[in-house]
Amino acid sequence: MSKTSRSQVTVPATAKKNSIIEIRAIVQHDMESGFRYTESGKLIPRDIIRIFTCSYNNIEVFKADFYPGIGANPLIIFTTIATESGTLEFKWLGDDGYEAVHQARITVS
Amino acid sequence: MNMKFNSPLKIHRRTWMQQLQKLALLAFGTYLMPSIALAKKEEADEAIQKITSGAKIQEGRVTLTIPPLVENGNLVVLKVSVDSPMTANDYVKVIHVIAEGNPLPNIFAAYLTPRSGTANITTRVRLADSQRVWAIVQMSNGSFWQGSAETLVTLSACTEMV
Amino acid sequence: MVMTVMKLFIKHVLQFHKSFVRAVIYLRLITFCCSILLAAAASMAAPQGAINSKQSSYELMTPENKAMQDDPSLNPAMFWVAEGESLWQTKSGQKNIACASCHGDAKKSMRGVATQFPKIIKGRLQTLEGQINQCRSTQQGEPALAYESKELLALTAYLAIQSKGMPITVKETPANQGQLKKGQQWFQERMGQLNLSCAQCHEDRAGLKLGGSLIPQGHPNAYPIYRLEWQTLGSVQRRLRNCMSGVRAQQFEYGSPEMAQLELFLMWRARGMPLEAPGVRP
Repeated sequence: MSKTSRSQVTVPATAKKNSIIEIRAIVQHDMESGFRYTESGKLIPRDIIRIFTCSYNNIEVFKADFYPGIGANPLIIFTTIATESGTLEFKWLGDDGYEAVHQARITVS
Repeated sequence: MNMKFNSPLKIHRRTWMQQLQKLALLAFGTYLMPSIALAKKEEADEAIQKITSGAKIQEGRVTLTIPPLVENGNLVVLKVSVDSPMTANDYVKVIHVIAEGNPLPNIFAAYLTPRSGTANITTRVRLADSQRVWAIVQMSNGSFWQGSAETLVTLSACTEMV
Repeated sequence: MVMTVMKLFIKHVLQFHKSFVRAVIYLRLITFCCSILLAAAASMAAPQGAINSKQSSYELMTPENKAMQDDPSLNPAMFWVAEGESLWQTKSGQKNIACASCHGDAKKSMRGVATQFPKIIKGRLQTLEGQINQCRSTQQGEPALAYESKELLALTAYLAIQSKGMPITVKETPANQGQLKKGQQWFQERMGQLNLSCAQCHEDRAGLKLGGSLIPQGHPNAYPIYRLEWQTLGSVQRRLRNCMSGVRAQQFEYGSPEMAQLELFLMWRARGMPLEAPGVRP
């Protein structure tokens, strides 16, 4: 059983062909660094998102490796070229079987 | 009133001189062996070495932007911008961000393609302390470039943990 | 007058210290200590007319953090708002009804509501969280949600955002007068091992610095907030407990009458300020 959480992606709904579009992707996740302690002094184990990918009509166009140094509720802003209409799929994979998927449609003319 | 101050002050001065000598020795020693204070920087250098496999890193083309003064190190906006045409023959392959003052130097790595359009990345990172942060960039032709930025990290007065 | 005191002082010093050198060292030490004390006194003196107009602590934030609050695509608090929207529609409890079953569309029915709390409802001083729990237990037959729980924060955030930008309307009424006065007493009373009152920092010294940070006026006009320090969303009561631990005082309990009174006073003190919820703060 994989755990998941809410995600939000900001992508323009339409774009001119071959224009550069900005994508903002944020997901709800504590990104427990593994360096924090409970009040009783017990170490809280690491539990973070490890990989973020963006696929454009099933072709991976962007990937990022996250480490404990990435802040909670991780945000990533990047660009991609609007090549064709289709589906952008965003995937977050992390510790303890974490997986979140978000899709957005784009119309390119 | 006749208070005798002579003897106690002489001994006091001697003790003071001895303490000053010890302090000077300690300061000199630290100067020769800064490893304790800069242990984290060594880890950062190691992490960078791993990325480049010892290849030469050139200065320039990479701009790392973080606020010069940070109110809370838990969520700091960090932007990397690389000067590159981003064409099929000349593009940015990987952007690595390394923090000198964090318990783990590697913060993130972004993998781009000619389809990326620009090599501009923004994210939000944790900074454990005031420090210098590095962006090590690998180009499609295998060359490495770097940029860095320094910041001061402060903390609010009234926190949860006393 | 100062010269006479100085002359007498130097005469005293020279009488008791046989060596001139020692006398000079003694004088230098005294001057040094005096200057330290004066500097400390100067910085501790309350500035003239500390609060002339209300200022949100939003103004003290860096441009990056301001942007985080203003832009929904950057504000982590929006996840709790989305959760709250979902919970608003969720049927639950013994009566199997949702908030929406009675209140309909929150955008209409809850508009302006968050700016009115805390208020007297059926003779009892209720905070927004308290009223949410009151509804849940009496109308839905559900147990009360714990303070700082994901669900309570989500509902509070969802309700608060319906009043975003609207002025805080808490005012003194015959009904809340007594409670308001108690709240004011909490604000002005010294507490904790550091023996400081809220007013000493947030009224007298607002705008000055404590450590590296500017002291805000301390208005609760952005709650619930995503506090970077907590790395999550939290209520005004959580923040007040942080203040109390900051002065090493016994913290008020969540949902206690003292908390509600203090919250009432703070909201009344912030009346007229626009609600920024859900806010971002360091």
